Amino acid sequence: MWIKSLVIITGLVTIWQIIVWVTGAPPFIVPAPLEVAIALVANFSLIGFHASVTIVEIVAGLLLGCSIGIGSAWLILQFQPVRAWFLPILVASQALPVFAIAPVLMLWLGFGMASKIAMATLIIYFPVTAALYDGLRNTDASWIDMARIMGASKHTVLKFIRLPAALPSLGSGLRIAAAVAPIGAVVGEWVGSSSGLGYLMLHANARSQIDLMFAALIVLAGFAVLLYFSIDLLIKKTVFWQTETTLEAS
Amino acid sequence: MISVSVRVSLSYAEECIFDDFRLTLESGRLICLLGKSGSGKSTLLRFIAGLVSSNIATGKAVASDNNPLSGRVAWMAQQDLLLPWLKVIDNVMIGSLLRGEKSKEQVELARCLLARVELNGADQRYPHELSGGMRQRVALARTLIEDRPVNLLDEPFSGLDSSTRYQLQDLACTMLSNRTTLLVTHDPLEAVRMADSIYVLSGRPATVAQRIDPPGVPPRQLSDVNVSNAYAELMNQLVHPESADNVD
Repeated sequence: MWIKSLVIITGLVTIWQIIVWVTGAPPFIVPAPLEVAIALVANFSLIGFHASVTIVEIVAGLLLGCSIGIGSAWLILQFQPVRAWFLPILVASQALPVFAIAPVLMLWLGFGMASKIAMATLIIYFPVTAALYDGLRNTDASWIDMARIMGASKHTVLKFIRLPAALPSLGSGLRIAAAVAPIGAVVGEWVGSSSGLGYLMLHANARSQIDLMFAALIVLAGFAVLLYFSIDLLIKKTVFWQTETTLEAS
Repeated sequence: MISVSVRVSLSYAEECIFDDFRLTLESGRLICLLGKSGSGKSTLLRFIAGLVSSNIATGKAVASDNNPLSGRVAWMAQQDLLLPWLKVIDNVMIGSLLRGEKSKEQVELARCLLARVELNGADQRYPHELSGGMRQRVALARTLIEDRPVNLLDEPFSGLDSSTRYQLQDLACTMLSNRTTLLVTHDPLEAVRMADSIYVLSGRPATVAQRIDPPGVPPRQLSDVNVSNAYAELMNQLVHPESADNVD
């Protein structure tokens, strides 16, 4: 895994370097990898500060979005009539592009972290709710039959059967959440902020500090990848009974 | 010990599967319903377990003591229905976990039953680490720990290879002896080996085409000449239901 990642990264950097050589693009259009690396080192504390802001926003958004998503799925399951009322709101919250809502959120929640956390929460919320709810209601009917014969209560069926059976599905939702959470935070920073990687990139771009912009972009991409694979690993550890099948094995 | 009288009419998708069908599960005996796939035998078993909605079935399964059957039935299906996130020991005790009455005695009893189905030391393992035969043994232990007066077995061994199936038939027979049991199967050999009485189902709506009480005590061994005779008779009934009817 590590070797593969290293090969891919080296390959991409090489292609990037070749493009710079072949096109002869000036540094303010496409900076060479080395220039970006130098910018990264030279502005380490600056990028570090802005990155920490973005990371806090992403992680807080993830925690909040997942909690609300899990809560909503549970609520819809417990009170089926809620679903008919709830679903349109849920879908509407997703149909509206985050760009469209961002200015309103700035207006209501200010230019600080709160509005960015809200953005991240908003786009995470739906995939988590939908995935968990799907998992909770698609429990194998035979398990439910068995539980009924054994005299189970609704609560224990949820605890021992429905919830664990829904974990793989919730896992899919969490993977999507991990992948899109940075979008929410960075879009929020673009629309209006005074810190964060989105702000730094916008700022650097305006001053033609393309090398700094690229450096910030790479840090953001690196964190996004790290976040995704951590969550992926966590899910695999939790849902240990699920074996993956490949096309070759079938 | 109780016996159970079943009387049921059941239609599914406009088709009448049972029309005033009657069956008695005699107390302490293992009754086997034998029929081809799709003859409605599993549905009948689900009806007795109280799993069939009253929209499609009318009738009653009545216990001889006139108390309700619900809560007094254990069910074992073709799929092992083990929960992959629970250890083997918890899978055996799932009934008490689901009823919120887990206790030390239950853990002890579960260990004991695992030993009796020849799974000593497997209690801390997870289902995905076990073979199909071992998993079905766990399912058998889970059925037995419920200790219910009525046991319903729905083709419990049909997914297993023949030697494992043979062993498990012996085991199940021994452990379910003197319990009121209904076994549903499409395998005539399984019926002959395990049952006190065999009812052959055929037709639509389904009726009992034949009843056979093979001599000897289950589990019957293959070397037993009664087994091959009864097996031949049942096979003939299954393959040529019409001609066998004519003989009657």
